Amino acid sequence: MEATEHQEHPISLYLKVWFLLFVLSACSYLVDYVGLQGFLRWGLILLFMFLKAGFIVAIFMHMAFERLALACAIITPPSVLLVLITLMAMEANYTFFTRLFFFSS
Amino acid sequence: MSENVIANPAEIMLAEGFSGIAQDWSADKQTFQVPWGKAMMWIFLLSDTFIFSVFLTSYMTVRMSTTVPWPNPSEVFALTIFGNHLPLVLIAIMTFILISSSGTMAMAVNFGYRKDRKTTAILMLITAAFGVSFVGMQVFEWSKLIEEGVRPWGNPMGAPQFGASFFMITGFHGMHVSVGVIYLTTVAFKVYRGDFDKTGSYVAVEIAGLYWHFVDLVWVFIFALFYLW
Repeated sequence: MEATEHQEHPISLYLKVWFLLFVLSACSYLVDYVGLQGFLRWGLILLFMFLKAGFIVAIFMHMAFERLALACAIITPPSVLLVLITLMAMEANYTFFTRLFFFSS
Repeated sequence: MSENVIANPAEIMLAEGFSGIAQDWSADKQTFQVPWGKAMMWIFLLSDTFIFSVFLTSYMTVRMSTTVPWPNPSEVFALTIFGNHLPLVLIAIMTFILISSSGTMAMAVNFGYRKDRKTTAILMLITAAFGVSFVGMQVFEWSKLIEEGVRPWGNPMGAPQFGASFFMITGFHGMHVSVGVIYLTTVAFKVYRGDFDKTGSYVAVEIAGLYWHFVDLVWVFIFALFYLW
Protein backbone atom coordinates (compact mmCIF):
# COMPACT_ATOMS: atom_id res chain seq x y z
CA MET A 1 0.00 0.00 0.00
CA GLU A 2 2.94 2.28 0.66
CA ALA A 3 3.29 3.24 -2.97
CA THR A 4 -0.31 4.31 -3.50
CA GLU A 5 -1.18 5.63 -0.05
CA HIS A 6 1.22 8.54 -0.07
CA GLN A 7 0.50 11.56 -2.20
CA GLU A 8 3.80 13.37 -2.03
CA HIS A 9 4.35 16.05 -4.62
CA PRO A 10 6.67 19.03 -4.70
CA ILE A 11 5.27 22.15 -3.05
CA SER A 12 5.98 24.15 -6.20
CA LEU A 13 3.20 22.18 -7.96
CA TYR A 14 0.64 23.34 -5.37
CA LEU A 15 1.89 26.92 -5.50
CA LYS A 16 1.58 26.98 -9.30
CA VAL A 17 -1.98 25.63 -9.22
CA TRP A 18 -2.84 28.03 -6.41
CA PHE A 19 -1.61 30.97 -8.48
CA LEU A 20 -3.48 29.66 -11.53
CA LEU A 21 -6.73 29.43 -9.53
CA PHE A 22 -6.24 33.05 -8.43
CA VAL A 23 -5.76 34.17 -12.02
CA LEU A 24 -8.79 32.20 -13.24
CA SER A 25 -10.95 33.63 -10.43
CA ALA A 26 -9.80 37.13 -11.28
CA CYS A 27 -10.66 36.46 -14.94
CA SER A 28 -14.17 35.26 -14.13
CA TYR A 29 -14.70 38.30 -11.90
CA LEU A 30 -13.48 40.54 -14.74
CA VAL A 31 -16.14 39.04 -17.02
CA ASP A 32 -18.71 40.62 -14.73
CA TYR A 33 -16.72 43.80 -14.03
CA VAL A 34 -16.18 44.57 -17.71
CA GLY A 35 -19.84 43.77 -18.32
CA LEU A 36 -19.62 41.26 -21.17
CA GLN A 37 -23.02 40.00 -22.28
CA GLY A 38 -24.52 37.17 -24.29
CA PHE A 39 -22.75 34.04 -25.42
CA LEU A 40 -19.27 35.48 -24.80
CA ARG A 41 -20.18 36.01 -21.13
CA TRP A 42 -21.75 32.58 -20.64
CA GLY A 43 -19.01 30.82 -22.56
CA LEU A 44 -16.20 32.47 -20.58
CA ILE A 45 -17.98 31.88 -17.24
CA LEU A 46 -18.37 28.18 -18.04
CA LEU A 47 -14.81 27.90 -19.39
CA PHE A 48 -13.25 29.43 -16.26
CA MET A 49 -15.60 27.38 -14.05
CA PHE A 50 -14.62 24.06 -15.60
CA LEU A 51 -10.92 24.94 -15.65
CA LYS A 52 -10.98 25.83 -11.94
CA ALA A 53 -13.00 22.73 -11.06
CA GLY A 54 -10.63 20.58 -13.11
CA PHE A 55 -7.49 21.91 -11.40
CA ILE A 56 -8.99 21.54 -7.92
CA VAL A 57 -10.08 17.94 -8.52
CA ALA A 58 -6.99 16.86 -10.46
CA ILE A 59 -4.21 18.46 -8.41
CA PHE A 60 -5.52 19.55 -5.00
CA MET A 61 -7.69 16.43 -4.58
CA HIS A 62 -5.00 14.27 -6.24
CA MET A 63 -7.42 12.66 -8.68
CA ALA A 64 -4.82 12.87 -11.46
CA PHE A 65 -2.48 10.69 -9.39
CA GLU A 66 -5.05 8.09 -8.29
CA ARG A 67 -5.60 4.82 -10.10
CA LEU A 68 -8.02 4.98 -13.00
CA ALA A 69 -10.47 2.59 -11.26
CA LEU A 70 -11.11 5.14 -8.50
CA ALA A 71 -11.13 8.13 -10.84
CA CYS A 72 -13.71 6.51 -13.13
CA ALA A 73 -15.88 5.35 -10.21
CA ILE A 74 -16.08 8.95 -8.94
CA ILE A 75 -15.96 11.08 -12.10
CA THR A 76 -18.33 9.17 -14.42
CA PRO A 77 -21.51 8.95 -12.26
CA PRO A 78 -22.11 12.75 -12.24
CA SER A 79 -22.41 12.59 -16.05
CA VAL A 80 -25.99 11.29 -15.59
CA LEU A 81 -26.73 14.77 -14.25
CA LEU A 82 -26.64 15.95 -17.86
CA VAL A 83 -29.84 13.97 -18.42
CA LEU A 84 -31.48 15.66 -15.42
CA ILE A 85 -30.34 19.11 -16.56
CA THR A 86 -31.61 18.50 -20.12
CA LEU A 87 -35.00 17.24 -18.91
CA MET A 88 -35.39 20.13 -16.46
CA ALA A 89 -34.42 22.69 -19.12
CA MET A 90 -37.15 21.29 -21.40
CA GLU A 91 -39.62 21.34 -18.52
CA ALA A 92 -38.68 24.92 -17.62
CA ASN A 93 -39.16 26.03 -21.24
CA TYR A 94 -42.59 24.40 -21.29
CA THR A 95 -43.56 26.08 -17.99
CA PHE A 96 -42.31 29.43 -19.28
CA PHE A 97 -44.39 29.31 -22.47
CA THR A 98 -47.44 28.01 -20.57
CA ARG A 99 -47.14 30.95 -18.20
CA LEU A 100 -46.77 33.42 -21.08
CA PHE A 101 -49.88 31.93 -22.69
CA PHE A 102 -52.10 31.95 -19.58
CA PHE A 103 -50.86 35.13 -17.93
CA SER A 104 -51.41 37.15 -21.11
CA SER A 105 -54.96 35.93 -21.71
CA MET B 1 10.64 -18.52 -3.18
CA SER B 2 6.95 -17.85 -3.33
CA GLU B 3 7.33 -15.71 -0.22
CA ASN B 4 9.43 -13.30 -2.22
CA VAL B 5 6.76 -12.96 -4.85
CA ILE B 6 3.86 -12.14 -2.52
CA ALA B 7 5.87 -10.20 0.03
CA ASN B 8 4.05 -7.06 -1.00
CA PRO B 9 1.01 -8.03 -3.08
CA ALA B 10 0.05 -4.44 -3.83
CA GLU B 11 3.27 -3.78 -5.67
CA ILE B 12 3.19 -6.69 -8.08
CA MET B 13 1.91 -6.07 -11.57
CA LEU B 14 -0.22 -2.95 -11.14
CA ALA B 15 -1.35 -2.41 -14.69
CA GLU B 16 -2.09 1.13 -15.86
CA GLY B 17 -4.91 2.49 -17.98
CA PHE B 18 -7.98 0.48 -18.90
CA SER B 19 -6.35 -2.88 -18.23
CA GLY B 20 -5.65 -1.44 -14.78
CA ILE B 21 -9.38 -0.81 -14.28
CA ALA B 22 -10.17 -4.38 -15.35
CA GLN B 23 -7.50 -5.72 -13.03
CA ASP B 24 -8.65 -3.65 -10.03
CA TRP B 25 -12.31 -4.58 -10.44
CA SER B 26 -11.80 -8.28 -11.22
CA ALA B 27 -9.10 -9.08 -8.64
CA ASP B 28 -10.32 -11.11 -5.71
CA LYS B 29 -9.58 -8.32 -3.23
CA GLN B 30 -10.44 -4.69 -2.50
CA THR B 31 -11.08 -2.67 -5.64
CA PHE B 32 -9.71 0.74 -4.73
CA GLN B 33 -6.01 0.77 -3.89
CA VAL B 34 -6.42 3.52 -1.27
CA PRO B 35 -7.06 3.51 2.48
CA TRP B 36 -10.74 2.83 3.14
CA GLY B 37 -11.30 6.25 4.71
CA LYS B 38 -10.24 7.96 1.50
CA ALA B 39 -12.49 5.79 -0.67
CA MET B 40 -15.45 6.44 1.66
CA MET B 41 -14.82 10.20 1.66
CA TRP B 42 -14.81 10.16 -2.15
CA ILE B 43 -18.11 8.25 -2.19
CA PHE B 44 -19.61 10.70 0.32
CA LEU B 45 -18.43 13.61 -1.84
CA LEU B 46 -20.03 11.95 -4.86
CA SER B 47 -23.38 11.88 -3.04
CA ASP B 48 -22.87 15.51 -2.01
CA THR B 49 -22.19 16.38 -5.66
CA PHE B 50 -25.67 15.10 -6.49
CA ILE B 51 -27.27 17.13 -3.69
CA PHE B 52 -25.69 20.39 -4.85
CA SER B 53 -26.38 19.56 -8.51
CA VAL B 54 -30.06 19.08 -7.71
CA PHE B 55 -30.12 22.48 -5.97
CA LEU B 56 -28.44 24.17 -8.91
CA THR B 57 -30.68 22.40 -11.42
CA SER B 58 -33.80 23.51 -9.55
CA TYR B 59 -32.38 27.04 -9.54
CA MET B 60 -31.94 26.78 -13.32
CA THR B 61 -35.53 25.56 -13.66
CA VAL B 62 -37.09 28.42 -11.68
CA ARG B 63 -34.89 31.03 -13.34
CA MET B 64 -35.74 29.79 -16.84
CA SER B 65 -39.46 29.48 -16.20
CA THR B 66 -40.17 32.77 -14.45
CA THR B 67 -41.89 35.52 -16.46
CA VAL B 68 -40.75 38.18 -13.99
CA PRO B 69 -37.23 39.57 -14.61
CA TRP B 70 -34.50 37.94 -12.47
CA PRO B 71 -32.74 40.39 -10.09
CA ASN B 72 -29.30 41.33 -11.45
CA PRO B 73 -26.84 39.65 -9.04
CA SER B 74 -24.11 42.06 -10.12
CA GLU B 75 -26.17 44.91 -8.64
CA VAL B 76 -27.78 43.03 -5.76
CA PHE B 77 -24.38 42.08 -4.35
CA ALA B 78 -22.63 45.38 -5.11
CA LEU B 79 -21.03 47.33 -2.29
CA THR B 80 -19.80 50.89 -2.02
CA ILE B 81 -16.34 50.93 -0.46
CA PHE B 82 -14.62 54.28 0.15
CA GLY B 83 -16.96 55.92 -2.31
CA ASN B 84 -16.30 53.38 -5.09
CA HIS B 85 -19.30 51.45 -6.32
CA LEU B 86 -17.99 47.91 -6.92
CA PRO B 87 -20.20 45.18 -8.37
CA LEU B 88 -20.11 41.79 -6.70
CA VAL B 89 -17.06 42.77 -4.65
CA LEU B 90 -17.90 40.85 -1.48
CA ILE B 91 -18.47 37.66 -3.46
CA ALA B 92 -15.12 38.14 -5.20
CA ILE B 93 -13.37 38.52 -1.84
CA MET B 94 -15.15 35.39 -0.54
CA THR B 95 -13.98 33.51 -3.65
CA PHE B 96 -10.36 34.53 -3.11
CA ILE B 97 -10.57 33.62 0.58
CA LEU B 98 -11.87 30.14 -0.20
CA ILE B 99 -9.18 29.57 -2.84
CA SER B 100 -6.50 30.72 -0.40
CA SER B 101 -7.86 28.28 2.17
CA SER B 102 -7.67 25.49 -0.41
CA GLY B 103 -4.02 26.38 -0.99
CA THR B 104 -3.14 26.28 2.71
CA MET B 105 -5.01 22.97 3.01
CA ALA B 106 -2.99 21.46 0.15
CA MET B 107 0.17 22.60 1.96
CA ALA B 108 -1.08 21.03 5.20
CA VAL B 109 -1.54 17.66 3.44
CA ASN B 110 1.96 17.96 2.02
CA PHE B 111 3.56 18.73 5.39
CA GLY B 112 1.48 15.97 6.96
CA TYR B 113 3.10 13.36 4.75
CA ARG B 114 6.48 14.83 5.70
CA LYS B 115 5.41 14.14 9.32
CA ASP B 116 5.91 17.80 10.20
CA ARG B 117 3.40 17.86 13.05
CA LYS B 118 3.52 21.52 14.00
CA THR B 119 3.45 23.05 10.51
CA THR B 120 0.58 20.74 9.50
CA ALA B 121 -1.51 21.72 12.52
CA ILE B 122 -0.81 25.44 12.00
CA LEU B 123 -1.66 25.29 8.29
CA MET B 124 -4.90 23.47 9.06
CA LEU B 125 -5.84 26.09 11.66
CA ILE B 126 -5.10 28.85 9.12
CA THR B 127 -7.40 27.03 6.70
CA ALA B 128 -10.11 26.86 9.38
CA ALA B 129 -9.62 30.58 10.11
CA PHE B 130 -10.16 31.37 6.40
CA GLY B 131 -13.33 29.25 6.62
CA VAL B 132 -14.57 31.22 9.63
CA SER B 133 -14.00 34.55 7.86
CA PHE B 134 -15.87 33.17 4.83
CA VAL B 135 -18.87 32.27 6.99
CA GLY B 136 -18.64 35.68 8.66
CA MET B 137 -18.89 37.44 5.30
CA GLN B 138 -21.80 35.22 4.39
CA VAL B 139 -23.59 36.28 7.59
CA PHE B 140 -22.97 39.92 6.60
CA GLU B 141 -24.32 39.23 3.10
CA TRP B 142 -27.42 37.45 4.41
CA SER B 143 -28.27 40.21 6.93
CA LYS B 144 -27.77 42.86 4.24
CA LEU B 145 -30.18 41.08 1.89
CA ILE B 146 -32.73 40.36 4.63
CA GLU B 147 -32.62 44.05 5.57
CA GLU B 148 -33.33 44.94 1.94
CA GLY B 149 -36.45 42.77 2.11
CA VAL B 150 -35.26 39.61 0.38
CA ARG B 151 -37.25 36.61 1.63
CA PRO B 152 -37.54 33.01 0.40
CA TRP B 153 -41.00 33.88 -0.95
CA GLY B 154 -40.33 37.29 -2.47
CA ASN B 155 -38.13 40.34 -2.82
CA PRO B 156 -38.45 43.94 -4.03
CA MET B 157 -36.02 43.45 -6.97
CA GLY B 158 -37.84 40.95 -9.16
CA ALA B 159 -38.60 37.26 -9.45
CA PRO B 160 -39.67 35.85 -6.05
CA GLN B 161 -37.77 32.61 -6.71
CA PHE B 162 -34.50 34.55 -6.31
CA GLY B 163 -34.69 34.49 -2.52
CA ALA B 164 -35.62 30.80 -2.34
CA SER B 165 -32.68 29.80 -4.55
CA PHE B 166 -30.26 32.15 -2.82
CA PHE B 167 -30.99 31.11 0.76
CA MET B 168 -31.20 27.41 -0.11
CA ILE B 169 -27.97 27.18 -2.11
CA THR B 170 -25.72 29.53 -0.15
CA GLY B 171 -27.22 28.33 3.14
CA PHE B 172 -26.40 24.72 2.40
CA HIS B 173 -22.92 25.68 1.22
CA GLY B 174 -22.34 27.82 4.32
CA MET B 175 -23.38 24.87 6.47
CA HIS B 176 -20.76 22.75 4.69
CA VAL B 177 -18.10 25.38 5.38
CA SER B 178 -19.09 25.55 9.06
CA VAL B 179 -18.99 21.76 9.42
CA GLY B 180 -15.62 21.80 7.61
CA VAL B 181 -14.22 24.30 10.12
CA ILE B 182 -15.19 22.00 13.01
CA TYR B 183 -13.80 18.97 11.15
CA LEU B 184 -10.48 20.69 10.35
CA THR B 185 -10.06 21.99 13.89
CA THR B 186 -10.63 18.49 15.27
CA VAL B 187 -8.11 16.88 12.92
CA ALA B 188 -5.61 19.72 13.53
CA PHE B 189 -5.88 19.05 17.26
CA LYS B 190 -5.26 15.34 16.70
CA VAL B 191 -2.26 16.16 14.48
CA TYR B 192 -0.79 18.46 17.12
CA ARG B 193 -1.34 15.86 19.87
CA GLY B 194 0.66 13.39 17.79
CA ASP B 195 -2.13 10.82 17.22
CA PHE B 196 -0.98 10.16 13.67
CA ASP B 197 2.63 9.65 14.70
CA LYS B 198 1.36 6.75 16.81
CA THR B 199 -0.63 5.20 13.93
CA GLY B 200 2.12 6.16 11.48
CA SER B 201 -0.31 7.44 8.83
CA TYR B 202 -1.25 11.02 8.07
CA VAL B 203 -3.93 10.01 5.58
CA ALA B 204 -6.58 11.54 7.88
CA VAL B 205 -5.20 14.97 6.93
CA GLU B 206 -5.59 14.19 3.24
CA ILE B 207 -9.16 12.96 3.81
CA ALA B 208 -10.05 16.17 5.65
CA GLY B 209 -8.40 18.00 2.76
CA LEU B 210 -10.62 16.22 0.24
CA TYR B 211 -13.70 17.48 2.09
CA TRP B 212 -12.34 21.03 2.24
CA HIS B 213 -11.37 21.14 -1.45
CA PHE B 214 -14.85 19.88 -2.29
CA VAL B 215 -16.39 22.81 -0.40
CA ASP B 216 -14.20 25.10 -2.51
CA LEU B 217 -15.21 23.18 -5.64
CA VAL B 218 -18.91 23.69 -4.92
CA TRP B 219 -18.28 27.41 -4.45
CA VAL B 220 -16.68 27.55 -7.93
CA PHE B 221 -19.98 26.33 -9.40
CA ILE B 222 -22.16 28.57 -7.20
CA PHE B 223 -20.00 31.60 -8.02
CA ALA B 224 -20.24 30.95 -11.76
CA LEU B 225 -23.86 29.85 -12.04
CA PHE B 226 -25.60 31.91 -9.37
CA TYR B 227 -23.58 35.10 -8.97
CA LEU B 228 -22.04 35.64 -12.41
CA TRP B 229 -24.73 34.27 -14.76
